[in-house]
Amino acid sequence: MASDVAKMKGEITKAHKAVRGRSPLQLAMGRFMRNPLAVAGSIILLIIIFITVFAPLFTHWSPTNPDIMNTDAGPSALHWLGTDSNGYDNMARVLYGGRVDLTIAFAASIMVMVLGTIYGGISGFLGGWVDNLLMRFVDIMLNFPFISLVLVLEAIFNTSNEWMLILVVGLTAWPGAARMIRGVFLQLREQDYVIGAVTIGASRMRIIFRHILPNTLSLLTVLVSMSVAGYVGLDAGLSFLGLGVPPSVASWGAMLNTYSDYISLSTKPYAWIPPVVMIVLTILSINFIGDGLRDAFDPQSRS
Amino acid sequence: MAELQMLSQDAPVSLPGEYLLEVKNLKKYFPIHGGVLRRHVGDVKAVDDVSFTLKKGETLGIVGESGCGKSTTGRMIMRVLDSTSGSIMFNGKDITKIRGNHLRTLRQQFQMVFQDPYSSLNPRMNVGTLIAEPLVVNHKGSRAEIRDEVARLLEVVGLSPDARLRFPHEFSGGQRQRIAIARALALRPSLIVADEAVSALDVSIQAQVLNLLADLRKEFGLSYVFISHNLAVVKHISDRVGVMYLGRMAEIADKKSLYANPLHPYTQALLSAAPEPKRHQSRERIVLTGDVPSPAKPPSGCAFHTRCPKVMDVCRVERPELIAYNDQHQVACHLYS
Repeated sequence: MASDVAKMKGEITKAHKAVRGRSPLQLAMGRFMRNPLAVAGSIILLIIIFITVFAPLFTHWSPTNPDIMNTDAGPSALHWLGTDSNGYDNMARVLYGGRVDLTIAFAASIMVMVLGTIYGGISGFLGGWVDNLLMRFVDIMLNFPFISLVLVLEAIFNTSNEWMLILVVGLTAWPGAARMIRGVFLQLREQDYVIGAVTIGASRMRIIFRHILPNTLSLLTVLVSMSVAGYVGLDAGLSFLGLGVPPSVASWGAMLNTYSDYISLSTKPYAWIPPVVMIVLTILSINFIGDGLRDAFDPQSRS
Repeated sequence: MAELQMLSQDAPVSLPGEYLLEVKNLKKYFPIHGGVLRRHVGDVKAVDDVSFTLKKGETLGIVGESGCGKSTTGRMIMRVLDSTSGSIMFNGKDITKIRGNHLRTLRQQFQMVFQDPYSSLNPRMNVGTLIAEPLVVNHKGSRAEIRDEVARLLEVVGLSPDARLRFPHEFSGGQRQRIAIARALALRPSLIVADEAVSALDVSIQAQVLNLLADLRKEFGLSYVFISHNLAVVKHISDRVGVMYLGRMAEIADKKSLYANPLHPYTQALLSAAPEPKRHQSRERIVLTGDVPSPAKPPSGCAFHTRCPKVMDVCRVERPELIAYNDQHQVACHLYS
C-alpha cells in the first residue's frame, strides 16, 4: 500500500516533469487555430498567395507580352477570360496581378509598422517633453496630403511603380501607427514588471527589447493584419484615379481601371469580375485573420 | 518601568553607524499644472518630510491608509521614483543623487517585492528566465552556474525545480509571489522593500508568504521595509512600526509599545478599528469623522487636526515635529510636547 503510494507519487512527479509550460504566444496560436473563420481566412489567403506566386503553372500566357493578333477578344479556349484592348491575356493578368497588390499591401504595412514602432516607441518610452515634441510632429504628419505626394512624385520621376507607392504609403501612414504604439509604450512603461526590470538594474535596451516590445507583439500583429487589408484596396483606388501602377504592369487595380467605363462594365463582366472577386476575397480573408488574431491575443475582448 | 526594561531588552541594540537605511526629511511633491499656460499652480504633497531609520536585520512596517504616501516612500527608497528633497542614506551613503551605471550596480543591494504578483512578472518570460534575469543582467556567473542558482532559489522559496520551464500564468497568486521573492533574492540584497506584498493574496496564503519572508530574513540576513495597510500583517512581521498619515510619519515605535500603548490619536483610532479576534477583549471604537484631506491642500499645522478627537488650538497652527517619547517611541503630536 505504502509502496503503491510512493510509486504513484513517482509517476506523478515524472509526468509533471514532462510538462513544459505553454507561453502566452503558444496559447494564443491555439485559440487562433480553434477559430473557424480565422482558419478559413488563412487557408483562402494561402491559396491566393500560392496561385499568384506560382502563376506560371496555371497559364502559359505572359501578363506583359500582348497577343496583338487578338485584342479585345471575348472568352475562348485560347484566352479563358478574353484579352484587353492591348491584347493582354486577362487570365494571366488576374493570376500575376496579385503579386503587385499583395507586395504593395504587405511591404507598405510592414514599413508603416517598423517606422511607427520606432517612432512611437521612442516617444512613449522617453515621455516628457521629447514625447510632446514628437507627437506634435505626428499631428502635422497626420494631415499630410497623401495623394498630392503621389502626384508630385509621379511628376518628378515621370513614372510610377509599386515601390514608389510602397514608399509613399510608408512615409505618410506611419503616424497613426506611431500614435498607437506610443500609447502602449506609455502604458507598459508603468507596469510593475517593467519597474521590476529597472530595480534589478536592467539596461534601457534590455527593458525595451525584452520587456516592452514582446508585450506589444500581439497588438502589432493585429495592426499589421488590419492595415494589410486596407492597402490591398489601395492600389485599386489609386489606379482608378490614374495614380496607380502604369497599365503595362499587371495588377488587379490596373485591370479594374481598364474596364471602369460604363460599356465595359455592362458588356464584359468576364473581364472585370475576376479581379474584383480576388480583391474582395483577399480583403475579407485578411480581415478574418485580423479578427481571429485579436480574439486570440485578448480572449476577454471577444464580444 | 518594568515594562520599559523588558522592551529594551527585546529590541535590537542601536549603535551609531549600524543603520542600514536612514531616511531624512524625505519629500515627494508632484506638481499640479493648471490654466491655459500649464503654469505650476501647486503640489500634491505625497510624502512630506518623512524620517526614519532601519537597522541591519530589522523589519520596519509602514502602515497607513490608501494615499498616505507609504508606497511612494518605498519607491523612492528603491530609486524608481526621484525624491523632491531629503536624503536616503543606504549603508551610510546618500543614494538620492546617484545615477546611471553606478546606480544600476548599486541596485543589487536593494530589491523590491510588488503588491500584485499578476502584474509584476513579465507574462512572456518563463519562470527560469524570470529568476535568472537579475543574475544575467549583472553578469553573475556562467550559464550553468546561473541555472544551478535558479534551481536553488526555487527550492528556497518552496517551488519545485521543474517550475523553471513554465510561465507565470500557470501559477496561483501565492506561487507567483514566491517567484517574485526568488527574483528579489537572486542578487543577495541586504534590503527588501515589500510593497503590500501579501495584500493581493488569500488570507491562508498570506500567512505562508509571511512565514517564508520571516524565514528568509534569518537565512539571508535581510532587512525589510514592509509596507501594508493591514495592521495584523504588520504586527506579525515587523520589529518596529511606523504609522503614516497624509504623507507624514505620525508615530514610529517598536512593535510592542506601539500596539500596547499607541500615543498618536490617529494610531489609537486605527488600532481601535482593527478587528479583534477575541470577543471579550473588545475595546471601545474611536470613530473618526470626515474624510482624509487632499494631499494637494493639506490642513495647516498638524495634518490630522481636522479629524482628531483631541484637537487643541496649537494643532491648527503649528506642525508637530516627530519627537522621542522614550527611546523606543517617537510621536508627532502636540499632546506629548
